[in-house]
Amino acid sequence: MAKTNPHVDVVLIGLGWTNSIMGMEMTDEGLSVLALERGPDQDTVPDFAYPKMADELTYGVRYQLMQRPAKSTLTVRHGVRDLAVPYRSLGSFLPGNGVGGAGTHWNGHTWRPQPQELRLKSYVEETFGSDTIPEEMAIQDFGISYDELEPHFDFFEKVAGIAGKAGNLNGEIQEGGNPFEGWRSDEYPMPPMKRTLNDTLFRDMAAEQGLHPFPMPAANASEAYTNPYGMQLAPCNYCGFCERYGCLNYSKSSPQTCVLGALKQRKNFAYRANCEVMKVNLASDGKTATGVTYIDENGDEVIQPADLVIMGAYSLHNVHLLLLSGIGKPYDPISGEGVVGKNYAYQMNGGATLYFKDKEFNPFIGAGANAEVLNDFGVEQIDFGQAGFIGGSYFSAAMTNGQPIRNMPLPKGAPNWGAQWKQAVQETYGHTMTIGSHGSNMSYRDCYLDLDPTYTDDHGRPLMRMTFNWKDNDVRMTQFMKQKIDILSKALKPDDYKLSFKDFDSQYDVRPYQTTHNVGGAIMGTDPTSSVLNRYLQTWDVHNVFVMGASAFPQNIQYNPTGLVGGLTYWAAKAIREQYLPNPGPLVQA
Amino acid sequence: MSSELKNASRRGFIKGSLMMIPAVTVGSGVSLTAAAAEPPANLDAYQPTFFDADEWRFILAACDRLIPSDGEGPGALETNVPIFIDQQMEGKFGHATDWYMKGPFHPDVSPLFGYQSPLAPRDVYRKGIAATGRHCQDNHGKGFAALDADTQTQILTQLEKGEIEFDDVSSGQFFAFLLQNTKEGYFADPIHGGNKHMASWKFIGFPGARASYLEWVEQHNKAYPLGPVSLTGERG
Repeated sequence: MAKTNPHVDVVLIGLGWTNSIMGMEMTDEGLSVLALERGPDQDTVPDFAYPKMADELTYGVRYQLMQRPAKSTLTVRHGVRDLAVPYRSLGSFLPGNGVGGAGTHWNGHTWRPQPQELRLKSYVEETFGSDTIPEEMAIQDFGISYDELEPHFDFFEKVAGIAGKAGNLNGEIQEGGNPFEGWRSDEYPMPPMKRTLNDTLFRDMAAEQGLHPFPMPAANASEAYTNPYGMQLAPCNYCGFCERYGCLNYSKSSPQTCVLGALKQRKNFAYRANCEVMKVNLASDGKTATGVTYIDENGDEVIQPADLVIMGAYSLHNVHLLLLSGIGKPYDPISGEGVVGKNYAYQMNGGATLYFKDKEFNPFIGAGANAEVLNDFGVEQIDFGQAGFIGGSYFSAAMTNGQPIRNMPLPKGAPNWGAQWKQAVQETYGHTMTIGSHGSNMSYRDCYLDLDPTYTDDHGRPLMRMTFNWKDNDVRMTQFMKQKIDILSKALKPDDYKLSFKDFDSQYDVRPYQTTHNVGGAIMGTDPTSSVLNRYLQTWDVHNVFVMGASAFPQNIQYNPTGLVGGLTYWAAKAIREQYLPNPGPLVQA
Repeated sequence: MSSELKNASRRGFIKGSLMMIPAVTVGSGVSLTAAAAEPPANLDAYQPTFFDADEWRFILAACDRLIPSDGEGPGALETNVPIFIDQQMEGKFGHATDWYMKGPFHPDVSPLFGYQSPLAPRDVYRKGIAATGRHCQDNHGKGFAALDADTQTQILTQLEKGEIEFDDVSSGQFFAFLLQNTKEGYFADPIHGGNKHMASWKFIGFPGARASYLEWVEQHNKAYPLGPVSLTGERG
C-alpha cells in the first residue's frame, strides 16, 4: 500500500530552470515547497568538476547527463496512419536527466521572442490576410503580449546573467546590438563575450553586405557577476566542453549556478532526487488536484498531498503527465477536438560548413554561446505573402567546441574511412567554420502527441507517441535561408564549402542530433477549446495545476526557447502570488 | 622506410605476438585516479575480455583497414583502438544498458527511426564477425584476417553498402558500429583504452582535456602552441 507523506503547500514536478524559479517565488510567499526530481541529484562539485567533465566520449557521445531511453522515452511516427516505433537510443533531441535538467547541459543561447511571434496568427492575418495560412497549419496566438512579458524577460536575464548587447533600449536603436529585437527596459547584465576568429570574419562580412551582425546573447559569463539571488558566476574560460556537459567553471548559467544554491538555504524548501511522479491525483469531481503519486528512490509508491501542483518537467514529460493524469481532453487529429498533445512543433535548422586551408580557427577554444549572429531574415522581416511561407530564422557563426569524435567536418567527397579519410581529417581539422540557420517551425493539425497503444515504460504506463514530419511551408522557409547562406558563404571566400538544408523530400530523421527544442502539446491560449493552459499557464480544467515550459508554445519561435520559458515562468509566478493565492480558482473565466 | 613496408612488418609483429600470454592486467580505464599511474597497455600483450581469439583477429585486421598506418598520422593499431572496442563491449554501450530494448521490434521500419534491432551492440559484433568470417571462407577460402589488404577493404566496403547480407544481423549496422567505435577509440581520451599516448590528438592538434583557454581566445589565426593532456594525467 502506498505511503502518504505529510501535506505540503506546493509540490513541484521536476527541478530544472522553471521549478527552481518557482521554488524561489513560492518560498518567498512563506509556503512549504517540495520538489520531486526524477533523476539524480547533481551539482558543480563534485559532479561537473574538472577534469572529469573534459571527456567527450562519456558526456558528448554516451550522454551521461541525458535521459536514459531505457527509463523514459517515447515512440515516433511520421503520419497518423503509420506505425510508431520507440526512440530507442538518443539522437535528434536530448532531454536532460537529474537536478538542473536540460539547464545543466545546454549551450546558453538566450533569446527573447519577437513581439510578432507571440501573436503570430493575428499578425499574419492582419498583415498578409488569413488566406496566407495554409489549411493544415494550426498556428495560434500565445494569448499574452511582449509588453506584458518584458519585465519578466529582463529579470530572467538578470538571474541567469546574460552576456550581450542591447539593440533596442526603450525604443531607441543601439549600435552593435540587434536592431530588430523587441524593446528592452535595460541593457544585458554583462557585456558580450570575447570574439573568436569565426565571429570576426562573419561580423565583418555581414556588415559589408549591409546586414546587422551582433554577438549571441549568451548564458556564459563574460565577467565576474553576482545575480539578484546572490549567486556568483565566474568568467568563462572557453573550455570547449559546454553543450552536453555541466559547467566545470561556474560560468554557464544553470539552475545550479544561478538559483539552487540560494533556494537550498530556505527552510521551507525541500527536494527529493530519484523520485519519479507517476501522475497528478485529482479530487473526485476532477476539478482540483489533491497532490501527486510518485515512486521514491527505493521503488516505493508514495502519495504526496499538496494544495498546488506545478509541472516543470521537460516539455514532453509535462504533456505525458497530463495525458496520464487525465487533465484536459486529449487531442484527436481526425475530429480536431481535444487539446492535450496538440501543436507539437520542433525547429527547422540548416547550415553551411566552410573550409579555409590557411586559417587557424582553434575550434577547441569555445563556449556554448560563443557566436556572432544576425536577425535580418527573422519572422518580423519577411513578407510572408511574397515569400510563400510563414516563418523566419536567425543566422549564427558559432564556435562551440572542437571535440574530435563529433566535430570533424570533412570536405565534399572525402571517404568515411581508410588512409584518405585520415588525410582529410588532418587537412581539415581546425580549418573550418560554420554558418547556421536556426528557424521557426509552424504547428500542423497532424503533428501532435498522444499515448502509444503498444509500448510501455518500466512502471507499465503507456509511452507517449509523437506524430511529426516536415511540411512544405517550413521547407520553403529553410530553402529561402539556404539561398541567403549560400551568398554569405561565397562572400567569405572559403576554399570549399558545403550546404546542408532540408529539402522537399526530407522526412523527420530521429538519428542525427538536431535540437532539444521540442515544443507544444500543452499550449497556452485564449480559449479552453483550443488550448490546455490559460495565459497564466494554469490548466483550464484543474485550477490548482500550472504547467511551465516550452510545452506551452502553440508553435515554435525562430529562437532557442529558454529566454521565453524563463520569462513565462516569472509571469506565471507573479499571477500565482498576486492573484491565485489570495483567491484560488480559475484566473481566466472560460 | 615506405609506409607499406612499415605497415606490413608491424602487422606481422602483432599477429605473431597474439600467441603469447599477456603479462600485464589492464585496468578498467575509467577510474581517474587508478588509471593515472598506469601506462597504456601494449596491444600485442593485451588479452581481450569480450572477444575470443578468432574475433580478436578480425577486430585487429578490420581496425587496421578502417584507420591504417599508411601516410601521416597513427593508425588504429598503434593507438590501441581494438582495446577500446573490447572494453566498450563490456560496458553500458555494449550491453545497450541505456537504450529502450522492449519489444515488439520492427527492424524493417525506415532507418529514419533509428536503432530498432533487439540485439545489443555486443551481439551485433558477435554475429557480424561470425557471419563475415563465413562469407570470407565461402568466397575466399580463408578468414578475414588472413586475406590481403585490398580484399579486406573490398569486403568492408560491401558490408558498409549492405551488399553482403546476413541472416541473423544487419551487415550495415554491424559495419556502422565497427566504424563508429573505431573512430571513438581513435579520438577519445586515453582513459578509455584507445588513443595511446594521445597520438591522434597530436596528429590533428587537439589539446585534449586542457579546457582552459581564456588568454588564447583573442589570438586569432595563430595555431595553439601547447600539446594535449589526458584525464590519465599524461601530458603530450
